[in-house]
Amino acid sequence: MGKRKEMPLGGVILEAGSAETYSTGGWRKLKPVLDKDKCTNCLICWVMCPDSAIIVEDGKMVGFDMEHCKGCGICATECPDKIKAIKMVEEEAA
Amino acid sequence: MATVPSTKVQVGLTGNSAVALAMKQIDPDVCPAYPITPSTGVMEEFSSYVADGKVTTELITAESEHSAMSACIGASAAGVRVMTATSSQGLALMHEMLYIASGLRLPMVMAVVNRALSAPINIHCDHSDSMASRDAGWIQIYSETVQEAYDNLFQAVRISEHSKVLTPAMVCLDGFITSHAVEGLTLLDDSEVKQFIGEFKPPHPLLDVEKPVTLGAMTLPDTYIEFKHDQSLAIARAKDVVAEVGEEFDRLTGRVYGLFEEYMLDGADVVIVVMSSAAGTTKVAVDELRKKGKRAGLLRPRLFRPFPYKEIAEALKGAKAVCVLDRVDSMSGFGGPLFNEVRSALYDLEKGPRTIGRIFGLGGRDYKVEDALGVFEELFKIADGGKVESVVEYLAY
Repeated sequence: MGKRKEMPLGGVILEAGSAETYSTGGWRKLKPVLDKDKCTNCLICWVMCPDSAIIVEDGKMVGFDMEHCKGCGICATECPDKIKAIKMVEEEAA
Repeated sequence: MATVPSTKVQVGLTGNSAVALAMKQIDPDVCPAYPITPSTGVMEEFSSYVADGKVTTELITAESEHSAMSACIGASAAGVRVMTATSSQGLALMHEMLYIASGLRLPMVMAVVNRALSAPINIHCDHSDSMASRDAGWIQIYSETVQEAYDNLFQAVRISEHSKVLTPAMVCLDGFITSHAVEGLTLLDDSEVKQFIGEFKPPHPLLDVEKPVTLGAMTLPDTYIEFKHDQSLAIARAKDVVAEVGEEFDRLTGRVYGLFEEYMLDGADVVIVVMSSAAGTTKVAVDELRKKGKRAGLLRPRLFRPFPYKEIAEALKGAKAVCVLDRVDSMSGFGGPLFNEVRSALYDLEKGPRTIGRIFGLGGRDYKVEDALGVFEELFKIADGGKVESVVEYLAY
């Protein structure tokens, strides 16, 4: 067995926030599309997104971090029924 | 509960009392537990030590063994010294979490009071429970006597926490035969224990807020095998550490513990290989045969994981016939797990002994001196060039 990469003990991650360096955007089949006219900036999508892929500037929802959005659709589901500002669409069709 | 004098003296204690006392002297930071026969006595007595303020341990009464082991993992990850005890179905219920503890490289020591697995339900001794966990990445040390179970716990703390090892360890003792029998043993002073075990210095404690870390992260096909290989190398390194710690313990107490015990092995033509309390019975048979000038011997593995295969092959190379006794059945494997290891270790010898395997003592069935003598009788026939009737089978019961 040749020399191989040294691994941290028991898979411990010593650097905080390193998940950002791992791109999960390639897993996506459906992508979220925002209708800015409907959005009320309640930020429920920002709270619920498991990948911190909702981009917020000055308290307003401005779009998605497509490097990390896995296309799970939680944002579209959680967007309030009366608003429904986010739709999931096929990647190819987008 | 037995009253235990605080000075170093010879006392009589059951295996469970001795384990509880060793835990009191070790004074672990956290002890998550769920009771199960025959290890219940360990936690019953240890919880009295907690209630009486004799230890500083945080005792967590979990709702199952799965939860108890999960709490052990959390506490060890947080960076403190952890101990627990279990048996049989309890160990089986922990099975999933055993791999998490070892894979995350979290030191801890668990007393396993060996008991058969259901069904049919049975509370008595065999090694089905710990042998089912043999590939879980835990160090496994098997104890013949109450004294050894007591002594092994202190050594296991050192071995498990060693910077080259950082792997959890089981200290096994035979249910009822050892756990409930009163035997004479010599105790260590509390100060000797404190000095021997030292302080636990975790490499990446989760509670160190200055250096935040993540434990239990996902690894994909590009890294998982590296972690498992590292883990395998680490548990293999435990072999030398077991020998080193054993020598240090010998200097402290005069009690000698190696990777395995050799009993009348010098010049032995026929050898029984067996672990735990059955070795004591086998020694009586060896003594009887030696008195008659018959060259019988015993090899008692103490360390089963990592398995010291080179050393065991070296120790057995002069024998003509060997029988490996397993107190567990692999259910249609080629013999029991100890037989597999020993026979495989002997395979590369140019002129090794002929080796057979026998399953014995399941569910607490007695193993008597005459049983050992019967095995030796068969081995003498094989050593004299006799035919091996069957390589593996159940010992007549």
